[in-house]
Amino acid sequence: MSESSDNWARIFRAQFGSILAALMMHTRDISVAEDAIQEAFLQATERWPIAGLPRNPGAWLFTVARRRLFDLLRKNAVRHRPGNDEAIYASLHDQNALSEEEFAIPEERLRLIFTCCHPALSEDARVALTLKTLCGLGVKEIARAYFSSTAAIEQRLTRAKQKIKKAGIAYEVPEGEALLGRLPSVLSVIYLIYNESYSAYQGQTLTRDDFALEAIRLARVLYELLPHSNVGGLLSLLLLHDSRRGARVSGDQCFVPLREQDRRLWNRDLIAEGTLILNRAIAEGAPDAYKIQAAISALHCEAGCWEETHWAQIELLYGSLYKLEPSPVVLLNQAVVVANSGRAALAFECLRDLSSPLESYQPFYAARADIARTLGLHSQASADYLRSIKLTKNSVEIAYLEKQRAKLEGALNRLQKLGEPKI
Amino acid sequence: MQFLALIYNVENTEDVDMPTLMEQYRAFGEEAGAAGVLGGGNALEPVSTATSVRVRGGSSSYTDGPFAETKEQLGGYYMLECGNLDEALTWASKIPTARYGTIEVRPVMVFED
Repeated sequence: MSESSDNWARIFRAQFGSILAALMMHTRDISVAEDAIQEAFLQATERWPIAGLPRNPGAWLFTVARRRLFDLLRKNAVRHRPGNDEAIYASLHDQNALSEEEFAIPEERLRLIFTCCHPALSEDARVALTLKTLCGLGVKEIARAYFSSTAAIEQRLTRAKQKIKKAGIAYEVPEGEALLGRLPSVLSVIYLIYNESYSAYQGQTLTRDDFALEAIRLARVLYELLPHSNVGGLLSLLLLHDSRRGARVSGDQCFVPLREQDRRLWNRDLIAEGTLILNRAIAEGAPDAYKIQAAISALHCEAGCWEETHWAQIELLYGSLYKLEPSPVVLLNQAVVVANSGRAALAFECLRDLSSPLESYQPFYAARADIARTLGLHSQASADYLRSIKLTKNSVEIAYLEKQRAKLEGALNRLQKLGEPKI
Repeated sequence: MQFLALIYNVENTEDVDMPTLMEQYRAFGEEAGAAGVLGGGNALEPVSTATSVRVRGGSSSYTDGPFAETKEQLGGYYMLECGNLDEALTWASKIPTARYGTIEVRPVMVFED
């Protein structure tokens, strides 16, 4: 029984985005559409144990939800224009003439993606709304992931839904030039969901697998519905990055840096798929930040071992990335590549200019600590590990950094016994 | 001469009795209308529905929320009749001041009765 209700919960979540997107063709009010779906889910949990699982559960749920939506809209009909009402009655009549199984869910998710990721909504709201509507996640799950209270997330969602409804955000996919203008805000939401999933967490494990998978699922749906080369670039980046997920955390839940990862644990299918999509994306359109990052990731994936990595090419790619996205974080990554290719002193020099813009950026201290250690600057390295630990919320990362620092302290103590080191 | 009277207040003030306020607004409308001074007016949806439009370097950017700088001052307004927010934002981007100032776009409240 509990196994089947688990199974149903999975069905509900998998269908949620598609059904909501289709219901939104009849109303601008996401809350009402969500209520209709919840009632359909409730009916399903009552009916399916008796009647058995319908042949097409998604179609069943959609049909019931749509009928329920029309009921709800009719109840609110005082606030509805008569024309609208007639349309509702007409389609209700149609619906009664057909069986539930005959209503496949029309594919409207692209409209919902563009609406939830509308640039007139704040970034936080876009992310929360996308997780709630398209991924079918609950408010509690979103709040837990973003270390926020359910009340705060609830308020963020309510406000965003109100804005969509009251400010008249169009429920449509922009066309032509407008599409290109709107695409970045959609891609950034998916990228944010993925990125948050794997490092910026206070959680006990490094990888928030569910969120990473949700982001990839969204990117796949988007690419299927809108096979634009920029979407391909993002999808390939996520796939290539995710291919190393299994190697990033060891059996005892310790963070494993790229250099020490067991490359046999990398997912070859994801690498092959990601590379294929990336090649197509590069052939079909101009490079953007996602494609360049994907290309960097692909070069790591191609290397048989750490020593075989094409550092020179990766360094060049970071240069191109900096031209598109002149941020100190890109320079930091480039400096790390310089260090990896055996020029630690030059890399240390490059970091000098970054210490002020990246003052409170944890990866800066972790990177500088590594480079300082290579150069034998042990007290600098130790101090940087400490600062980096203080800036991290992720317990898996903290454990890794503590270990690095402890190794260093050991080395320092031994050196002190031999006499004061000249640093 | 024409004058624009802009109404500022704290949203959702609980100490204001809505029916009384609506009645007072109705009375004001009647009085100003009879005096022939009323050129039109509207209530706006709350600031949570606002979008700020800026055009810099030829590309327009949208921000969720109202205009909040204190240095710049209200310099004028347009009433736009559009099918949806996207159309309104596109038109707002074409207003010359969007290139160095900010255009706040707010939907006009529609009273249904």
